[in-house]
Amino acid sequence: MSKQVTLTINGKQVIAPEGLTVADAAKMAGIDIPVFCHHPKLEPVGMCRMCLVEIGRPVRDRATGQFVLENGQPKIQFMPKLETACTNRVEDGMVVLTQSEKATDGQRGTVEFLLTSHPLDCPICDKGGECPLQNLTMEHGPGKSRFNYNEKQHLDKMVPLGELIYLDRERCIQCARCIRFQDEVAGEAVLGFDERGRYTQIISVSEPGFDSVFSGNTTDICPVGALTTVDFRFGARPWELKAESSICTQCPVGCNTTLNTRREAKADGEVVVKRVMPRQNEEVNEIWLCDKGRFAYHYTEGKERLTKPMIRKDEKLARASWDNAIKTAAENFVANKKDFVVLASGRLSNEDLFNLKSLADTAGGEAILYSDMGGGELTQLVGVGAGTNLGKMGKGDAILVVASDLYEEAPIWWLRVKQAADRGATLIVANPRQTKLDRFAKYTIRYAYGDEIKTIHDFEKKSKISDEFAKAKNAVIFYGSEGLGVTGTSALASACADLLKETNHIGNANNGLIGVWQRANDQGAFEVGFRPVADLEKALKGKAVYIVGADPVGDDPNLAKALKSAKFVAVQELRETATTEIADVVLPAQAFTERDGTVVSGERRVQRFYAAVAPKGDSKPDYAITSMLAKQMGVILQGTSASVVFDILANSVEAFNELTYEALAQVKEQWPIVGRNDVYYGGTTYENTKGMGVQLVPVAQAGGSVKIQKVRKEAALRPKDKELLAVPANKLYDLGVTVQTAEFLDQRIGETTVSMHPTTAKKFEVEAGQTVKVSFEGVQAEAVVKFDETIGTGVVLVPRSMGIAIHEPVVARVQAKTAAGKVK
Amino acid sequence: MAHVLLRHRDIPDINKLSVYKKNGGFDAFKKAVTKMQPTEVTEVVKASGLRGRGGAGFPTGMKWSFIDNKNWPHYVVANADESEPGTFKDREIMESNPFQFLEGLAIASYAVGATVAYVYLRGEFWQVAAFLDEKIAEMEEAGYLGENLFGKDYSLKIFTHLGAGAYICGEETALLESLEGKRGQPRVRPPFPPSYGLYGKPTIINNVETFTNVPMILANGADWYKSMGTADSAGVKIFSLSGRVRKPGNYELPFGTTFRQLIYEHGMGIQEGRPIKAIMPAGASSSLIVVDEKVLDTPMDYATVRTVGGDLGSASVIVLDDTVNMDWVINKTIHFFKHESCGKCTTCREGNHWMRNLTDRIHHGKGSSDDVTLLLNVAKQMQGKCLCALGEFSTMAVVTSIERFPDDFKKAVKG
Repeated sequence: MSKQVTLTINGKQVIAPEGLTVADAAKMAGIDIPVFCHHPKLEPVGMCRMCLVEIGRPVRDRATGQFVLENGQPKIQFMPKLETACTNRVEDGMVVLTQSEKATDGQRGTVEFLLTSHPLDCPICDKGGECPLQNLTMEHGPGKSRFNYNEKQHLDKMVPLGELIYLDRERCIQCARCIRFQDEVAGEAVLGFDERGRYTQIISVSEPGFDSVFSGNTTDICPVGALTTVDFRFGARPWELKAESSICTQCPVGCNTTLNTRREAKADGEVVVKRVMPRQNEEVNEIWLCDKGRFAYHYTEGKERLTKPMIRKDEKLARASWDNAIKTAAENFVANKKDFVVLASGRLSNEDLFNLKSLADTAGGEAILYSDMGGGELTQLVGVGAGTNLGKMGKGDAILVVASDLYEEAPIWWLRVKQAADRGATLIVANPRQTKLDRFAKYTIRYAYGDEIKTIHDFEKKSKISDEFAKAKNAVIFYGSEGLGVTGTSALASACADLLKETNHIGNANNGLIGVWQRANDQGAFEVGFRPVADLEKALKGKAVYIVGADPVGDDPNLAKALKSAKFVAVQELRETATTEIADVVLPAQAFTERDGTVVSGERRVQRFYAAVAPKGDSKPDYAITSMLAKQMGVILQGTSASVVFDILANSVEAFNELTYEALAQVKEQWPIVGRNDVYYGGTTYENTKGMGVQLVPVAQAGGSVKIQKVRKEAALRPKDKELLAVPANKLYDLGVTVQTAEFLDQRIGETTVSMHPTTAKKFEVEAGQTVKVSFEGVQAEAVVKFDETIGTGVVLVPRSMGIAIHEPVVARVQAKTAAGKVK
Repeated sequence: MAHVLLRHRDIPDINKLSVYKKNGGFDAFKKAVTKMQPTEVTEVVKASGLRGRGGAGFPTGMKWSFIDNKNWPHYVVANADESEPGTFKDREIMESNPFQFLEGLAIASYAVGATVAYVYLRGEFWQVAAFLDEKIAEMEEAGYLGENLFGKDYSLKIFTHLGAGAYICGEETALLESLEGKRGQPRVRPPFPPSYGLYGKPTIINNVETFTNVPMILANGADWYKSMGTADSAGVKIFSLSGRVRKPGNYELPFGTTFRQLIYEHGMGIQEGRPIKAIMPAGASSSLIVVDEKVLDTPMDYATVRTVGGDLGSASVIVLDDTVNMDWVINKTIHFFKHESCGKCTTCREGNHWMRNLTDRIHHGKGSSDDVTLLLNVAKQMQGKCLCALGEFSTMAVVTSIERFPDDFKKAVKG
């Protein structure tokens, strides 16, 4: 623990850690010093001059270094000028006056200066009601303007910095919080100041504009209404909004969020989600959220939402009652008992997955996880220990990221890993191509697709990298599914788990294995017993399939074919999909915004989300539908509420060790202070009042035996002369149902591109920007060629969920399309 | 008396290496490197009483001794961003006596252990920069810059760097930011450059004129230097004289020379023989000194000028006669500061914008006495609250002119 110093602020004795700014120390002691440019997550700059205070320091005797006394008390010498509380660090014996006449006069002056250039459009400003400038004007401002209103400067009020964030130049107070966030926190310096003096303005210096997946955070920390999101801009007034705690379901990070809702006319009087805001959890997402998490929630709305059960009658789906739909499904599953398969995805909650697994087990069916990635049984063994906090990793620690592009797959992990590297952690990035994380890595390992296992095995040999990894105080490995399918990822997980075990990096906090899953709750699915299969097509062919939260028909023509041959298909889903179209029975499920539940993050943190809006139509929670279906099949499963199901889960799954909803709802003091009335201090991020979650204890930490099977390098695929090795990679904004419904993300989703080395392209006579036909194993699709000189030759990189059904490395053909659309 | 700094006025062609050398050039640098410890050099400069010529008058030797020897490498930077309206001395030095300046820079680099030094010039000085580049190349060729100088284990390179035309880059931390390739905006001080400077490394920044003194001090000794000037301000100073004088220009004179001597003996008095109304001793950043006989007889050194209500600063003496109205003066200065305010801190950015509006109104006869009161109030509200000296100094002329020349403003708002 750092040294504590004792100082006095407004006569109150304050003990604060050395190195803290006066502004932060005051805040910790419950004394608000007004700030605009200062943000506890950013380096102090002292620009806005809002936090002017009087600072006195004890006079020391030059010879002895002791305090000089005056009337028995240390003699205090005040600086002649006011000082900024945000740039001065606390010192022993310091005396700070934040409310003296001189200080308040300085603060009043700064507010007055700021207001001279600020428009008077609070009544139509999105920030109105949660605006630091508004609040601090009320508290510290002069009350009356001495500035000639007619001399106010008028500037552009709708400047797109990118397609997601708009700037109102009049409202900007040039505090540079946005610029500094992008530079210091995100490491993507895409914003800057242009011009100078009163003409100083924020600009985007990237092409495309505001090219960062963290852009939305700047609107949270903007202390005025200068930055707004295209999603929420003019959407509602903050005081009309209700707030409910939730968890982002877009990726395995498990960012804590707050859903802001409002009843509105244009939604036929229904309560709808107006925006998704970060909710503080310093151990998960701190106070940040990526743009996908912030903007891609719209899939829970819209005409395509399923509201009534349906049964196929005369080749057509027709509305049916719950009773009939459940009965039909149950009868068919019972009749095809031997062929009963449950196919579910990590989009579902633990409660849903637990009921589904219980049903499959009891009814004698198979439970398959809809995913291209395996290894979840290993994260149960050697996953990161309870108490893990990436925010505490730094000097002396090591982080290895292998076969994953964290920026595209789990942005907030990318951010936290980058920051750990900033703090001095040894970051090793092993990937077959360059990713955005490489810039922060101490070591970059570039291997050929197919050499993943060998790459990890090489850590057994002596080298600078392996040495540093082995000797690290703490070490975490993130492994992903770039270039790999179920078999490859499972093998990679084993190799990584083995490496962690051999180097003694298991069983403790900040040590262990993290799977960069394709869906938010894949880890939870593994916990309750779901497993992916290597050959899903085979597993579905001719079966009676209960599909929950997955769209295999839309994703893959081969799976579509397999399901068409199925004996029976019941689909439980939120929205109309290609899979619901071929279903015999469709069961409408509730979105995560409409019900309670829990999910398990990649760091194995169990976290609660809460119902924020009313369910659509007759939809029901997945666990409840499964319980109804089970009952008809003669299996008794709980379905009355999520917490009841969770209690059973916690009693049956050992790792959950009698966890309760109450335990998951526990919170603790966090720094910096956000939410409450402190919008001015940490931005509009919400305070966490409804739970920080509980990390599961991996077997290695619980003292159980850890046996890991050694894996051998698989025989690599060998493309022939006219063939290429096609490998899958993950993309943040893809065509998945949870993303593409947010129309304003179209530009980010972009067209389907495949990447290859220019040499490869030359060999296949294709050029960058050209549309080609990619074909392999029953899949044919078109895509635009993009060059990537960091990929090996003879390889074509195919994005997942972008219209080309790729699950694992395959041998493929790529042919140029002529202008007439014919294949050359 | 022979010039100490503007030696080109006594010695023709001193900007040629051979001539400079013949006149004792580089002897001081050679003496420092071959016969003195770095700290000894600093001690001599300390003993000479040399104070920084950029405006603040900080003791040069003391600044050098502040360099953090626990953190390496060290840098030395010459501030050649000469931009204060009314200041035009560094340009003459660099154009006409470049080697003495560069030698001073080299000696300073040796004194603090820097092996790389920079000359940061304002963007408009591109011709000066090109000229200095030639001189630096000549010094390299002659063995005064480069590896193992004078056969000793000391190496030095000097680079010139051009700014992009911003006044703020004369502020030392903004200069460093600009030199690092960033936006020229001041940093919060402390930490000061001797502990956290260029690229975060200990750095000594001095004005061109300051460096130019150093070879002469080393050659002739601290006592010789102290024999000139006053007890408070040792040595000589180049006074940039401008305004309503008959003969404006640079005058190198010992500290302690009176305003009267400078203006009437050297500047040949006021045009049309008119009376002096006010003096701005430090360019646009000055307070306005009300001139009377006593003021004219005030010796110009840092301490004494303060007693008559001003700061000597960079000694750019602007003389205003009775034809000049103060509302016009501050309208000019505020337009300048409003244009040059970097925009980083609220106080200066918004304050100068507001003051510009007010002085415009007052100067163009559209103001009221309330506007004058408000202007004074705004200026005072800025004082002591800006991030750097630019904002602070922008208020000096405003406050002193309104307080000391109230009649000018009464006249302005009436008409």
